[in-house]
Amino acid sequence: MKCVIAGGNVKGERGLGPGERSVPAEPCLTPHTLSSSPVLGRAVHSLSRIGDELYLEPTESGVCSIGGWELNGSWMGAGGAPVPPSLPAGSANTVAVSPAVPPCCQLLPFWLCLLPLRTPLLPAVRAGQCRARNRAVPMQSPHEVLPGHLPLAALAGEVGGEMSHPAQAPCQPPGPAAPLQVRLLADAVVHFPPMLAEVTLGTGPGGKISLRNYVEDEAEPSKTMVTELWLAEDEFQSVAVTPGSHITFCLKEFRGLLSFAEASNLPLTIHFDEPGRPMIFTLDDTVLEVHLVLATLSDLQSNSQSPSTNGVSHLPAPSDDFADDLESYMVAMETGEGDSERAPSPTFPLHTPWPAQREPEEEKEEEGAVPGTPPHKKFRSLFFGSVMTPGRPGVATTQEVLAEDSEGES
Amino acid sequence: MRFRAKIVDLACLNHFSRIVNTIAKLAKTCILRLTVCKLYFILSDKVANGGASMWCELSQGNFFDEFQMEGAAAEHNEIYLELVPENLSRALKTAQNAKAVKIKLTNKHCPCLRVAVELPSLSSSSRIVTHDIPVGVIPRRMWNDFREPSVPDFDVSIYLPVLKTMKSVVERMKNLSNFIVIEANLNGEMNLKIETDLVSVTTHFKDLGNPPWASEDGCPSSAQGRDLESMTEACIDIKKLLQLLAGQQVNPTKALCNIVHKRVVHFILLHEEVSLQYFIPAVA
Repeated sequence: MKCVIAGGNVKGERGLGPGERSVPAEPCLTPHTLSSSPVLGRAVHSLSRIGDELYLEPTESGVCSIGGWELNGSWMGAGGAPVPPSLPAGSANTVAVSPAVPPCCQLLPFWLCLLPLRTPLLPAVRAGQCRARNRAVPMQSPHEVLPGHLPLAALAGEVGGEMSHPAQAPCQPPGPAAPLQVRLLADAVVHFPPMLAEVTLGTGPGGKISLRNYVEDEAEPSKTMVTELWLAEDEFQSVAVTPGSHITFCLKEFRGLLSFAEASNLPLTIHFDEPGRPMIFTLDDTVLEVHLVLATLSDLQSNSQSPSTNGVSHLPAPSDDFADDLESYMVAMETGEGDSERAPSPTFPLHTPWPAQREPEEEKEEEGAVPGTPPHKKFRSLFFGSVMTPGRPGVATTQEVLAEDSEGES
Repeated sequence: MRFRAKIVDLACLNHFSRIVNTIAKLAKTCILRLTVCKLYFILSDKVANGGASMWCELSQGNFFDEFQMEGAAAEHNEIYLELVPENLSRALKTAQNAKAVKIKLTNKHCPCLRVAVELPSLSSSSRIVTHDIPVGVIPRRMWNDFREPSVPDFDVSIYLPVLKTMKSVVERMKNLSNFIVIEANLNGEMNLKIETDLVSVTTHFKDLGNPPWASEDGCPSSAQGRDLESMTEACIDIKKLLQLLAGQQVNPTKALCNIVHKRVVHFILLHEEVSLQYFIPAVA
């Protein structure tokens, strides 16, 4: 397999006009052309923030998809649509990915370890090398050929003699969608500390969308600073969300996608469902399609908690009408009983990092997984099983209020 | 006990942010004292602070467009809050283009200083970011621990050299020694010295000038009957000195230090709207 992606085409120039046709060529992935394609470079950069490994797979339709896989359940895939060459075949800048990809190449997804490399460096893989699992893959940089090789066996994703593929992006993203210009979110996340792990995206009455830093259960509320940002509905291109819904996800990984999306100037769509189910961020273009799937925190006591768990405010925006009177607090302090009579700390949902429940047979198959190789196809069902099994009972949406709104006329 | 304040002017907001940034570099935790006319950032000289103490005073009218407070009681119309200044600094950091910043003392789940930043947005309504900074309310019986320190009976008072120069000198010295000796005389001369087993380095500053301090009887003090050339010195922790110098984001109108021989160095940095005093005790 050899596929060459012209830098200009991957950047997003529009493709085939009427009468034009793609020139079949032996597809070849060469670092030289890739290093000149900023979109690909940016995608790889963003993926390196998500995980340590990169998955590269040519497909029958000629789309070369690049996925980053992180064992905590995040997944990002970026696909380039086939674009015919604008220059004659044989020219250094031609390409296109031929639709006629040899079958062996379809069977060879392989993992690249990007983390130690951190340079635009990708293997040049040719047809025929696919089958030789134990042959070394020469690594080439745009400037030189590296002396070392990475053994293919260490990279190939083989489990039990069969090739496995990572989970594919779902065709039907579940849950509400909220497309928006990326700049809006980039401006929003700047208010949160760079090392903040998780944020909660919530909705309130009046269509306001909030972003709030997630505070863990173990953290002392009296020592933790809480930041909350409110965005009006009309700042988005469109919003279709259930009032009172909320979802908590990893901000660090999301920042990686944001930087890529901002540079590519593509609109972003967010799909999310109930807490615990994955949420999906999509960027779409005629030549590029990006999906970021993030695991979300589930509410352990979801049957008994209000939609405004984690303290997401009921109100669309903080008003002046909340209690600022510390008289009773001061009285308690002056009489020396301050600590014991301090208002009870708010409780937050218990942290459950991984979504959903596993089926017993899935657990068995998981045990057969080989470390350092892509997970089983069945892993997909761990993420999307609840979507694919419509019979599963839904989680109750009525939830008990944890912290009463103490705001009143001051 | 209530407190509400609002800043609308961007220049005032930026100035206030710079002051908070400076405080954040000097203290992990400090006391914010609020009175009708002034705000104070106070660090008391506890062992946990390494013995250093700080007193920063600013007039609220120079920064806030609105400022309302009601203290613990009518005869004690003040509020003392313990907070982490880094949190306040972070809250103000992204308010560079704010339309307004409101600060309010609240008690929703626990006492907090709520900083609400109103930002411009493309939609009809503004974007609001709120930061709830947890604070500790200091009870009245502990207020005496945070009184303004008196100016010590110093041996020498001298204007500091340009802070940027002083900072670059001290930064290099920090790599060689943990302690630095500041010595000065009444002739406008100051030396910064470090001494280790391997090396000793001294930087000399001249013609700095000595501020005229009036004594209680109205006569200029200290200078009378004193040898102008004799040096007064104190050996202090170099990191504390560097924290003070590195935290200055704007050149003060006046910067001077008072040295009590082998006891303490008292720095005074005066800007138009704010004064900062920082005490670093001498090491034995």
